[in-house]
Amino acid sequence: MSATLSSALRGPMSAGLRRRLGPWLPSGRTLVIAAPFAFLLVFFMVPFAAVLKISFADVQMSVPPYTPIVEFKDRVVHVALDLDHYRAVLTDRLYLGAYVYSVEIAALTTLICLLVGYPACYLIARSDPSRRNLLLMAVMLPFWTSYLIRVYAWIGLLKNQGLINRFLLWAHLADEPLKLFHNNWGLLIGMVYNYLPYLMLPLYAHLVRMDTTLLEAAGNLGARPWQAFFTITLPLSRRGIIASSLLVFIPAVGEYVIPELLGGSNSLMIGRVMWDDFFVDTDWPTASAATACMVLLLLLPMAWFQRIQKREMAGR
Amino acid sequence: MMIAPRKLLGNGYLALVFLFLYVPTASVMFYSFNESALVTVWSGFSLKWYAALTTDDEVLSAAWASLEIGLATAFASVFVGTWAGYVLSRFKRFRGLTLFTAMINAPLVIPEVIQGISLLLLFVGLQEAFGWPARGMLTIWIGHTMLCVSYVAITVYARLGAMDESLHEAAQNLGATPLRVFVDITLPLISQALVSGWLLSFTISLDDVLMTAFLSGPDSTLLPMVVFSRVRLGLNPEINALGTLFIVVVTVGVLLNNHLMLRRQRRRDRDLALAFARGGVPAYDDPVP
Repeated sequence: MSATLSSALRGPMSAGLRRRLGPWLPSGRTLVIAAPFAFLLVFFMVPFAAVLKISFADVQMSVPPYTPIVEFKDRVVHVALDLDHYRAVLTDRLYLGAYVYSVEIAALTTLICLLVGYPACYLIARSDPSRRNLLLMAVMLPFWTSYLIRVYAWIGLLKNQGLINRFLLWAHLADEPLKLFHNNWGLLIGMVYNYLPYLMLPLYAHLVRMDTTLLEAAGNLGARPWQAFFTITLPLSRRGIIASSLLVFIPAVGEYVIPELLGGSNSLMIGRVMWDDFFVDTDWPTASAATACMVLLLLLPMAWFQRIQKREMAGR
Repeated sequence: MMIAPRKLLGNGYLALVFLFLYVPTASVMFYSFNESALVTVWSGFSLKWYAALTTDDEVLSAAWASLEIGLATAFASVFVGTWAGYVLSRFKRFRGLTLFTAMINAPLVIPEVIQGISLLLLFVGLQEAFGWPARGMLTIWIGHTMLCVSYVAITVYARLGAMDESLHEAAQNLGATPLRVFVDITLPLISQALVSGWLLSFTISLDDVLMTAFLSGPDSTLLPMVVFSRVRLGLNPEINALGTLFIVVVTVGVLLNNHLMLRRQRRRDRDLALAFARGGVPAYDDPVP
């Protein structure tokens, strides 16, 4: 198959024709680079232009539900840029509150994931190699199985008559059911549960690569284990901590399914507000303005993530 | 004995973390065999929710559509992702490299809401201008592929980086065209990365809610949307049964892939050791153990 493929790529072009056209044709290398480049450009970058465009349009009862920005009427080009949606998004308590709340929840989720995940990663990375693979697999497996089902699973655990409350009542650890469902507790538990593998996998990769001779040296020089941990292990794993935290924080800001299923009806994360704008109120321009603001908000952490990834890739 | 308590503490902690990771899904699986319609009250063993699934037309037709999209997404993501990962790994310098790596890294973290809305607006704009594409299976396919491409690209990139470059050089020195080298040497060597990328894309596509909701049309209802709309109303024993099936299939697939991967690696290590034991360069007429 490979032979036919390569001869097809060489094509029926005659040698003479190729020589004459040569300087004008893009080289094979350029074509190979250009294809995935163009794909990502069209389906990742260009859509943001569409978002920007519609965020300046106005709502209209039509299909699609927004007004055109540039109109050609009476031989004059009319450009109507509507900034109202940005004003709305940036001054409305609903949106501002949703942004702040989303960032708070995402930051808290990241912090708890770190506190839970770091020791676990550390323990796995320091366990003997034969067990390591098994443990790592056990961390990875939930990452693969259905996200939706895993969030759903918590409904059965957190409800008033759910498994956790039934256990607590049965063990006399609580006198009445704890309210864990449809409020911030449920939301946070669901977020941490879902994002923990995202944090643990890259963090583990960092910790397992770490040079342990430094630790041995510190031990030989009389450092206590916790001293060695705080002066050597923790500083050395800084990059891993930052990378994996960003991997949790950034997507967590825009989370929709978990607050919708486990959070309270008043816990409006920005993802939920945008969903409602879009599907309930059909206010596409405002949703677009909210999207643009969210991209701006996340630009800095995303650039940070990109920088770390790039350094990682260079030094792989 | 000072070491034992510390080790015990460590193991206990790990056990707690894994309990946290596994109890929820285990409970879903356990209660899928519950007779009662009240999901968290056990009343006896029954397979009736699995039977109910087989007659639930909404779930069945959505499952077929999802399967179709999942397969198409998995193949497309592996195709584009491998290409992108290859470019990233083989061409160290070209104009736009920074933008290229950014476009591969950003989808790993960017909230899906953003990607969903922006892709939808692109398609709506295109449809307005050219009358195509209408929202439906095609747009969902592209959207899902965008969710998975980066994972595949990064995996392939990492695998290529760990690979011995001398094989490529040797093939090239022997006169193979770059395409020939890619198909005959690179692809077989990264096949494991391709299989795991394929599996991951398939599973991402099968339960993606947001992208699907934004990009689907009236004639394309996929499984995650059906599940989501039911789950929103609370517990549902049929969803437990469906979830159990899903978890079992994915777990078996992942474990199998991992097992084969480890076995192949072990065999390769053994071959290398054998070759070195015989005095350096492996001879081609050696019997394959």
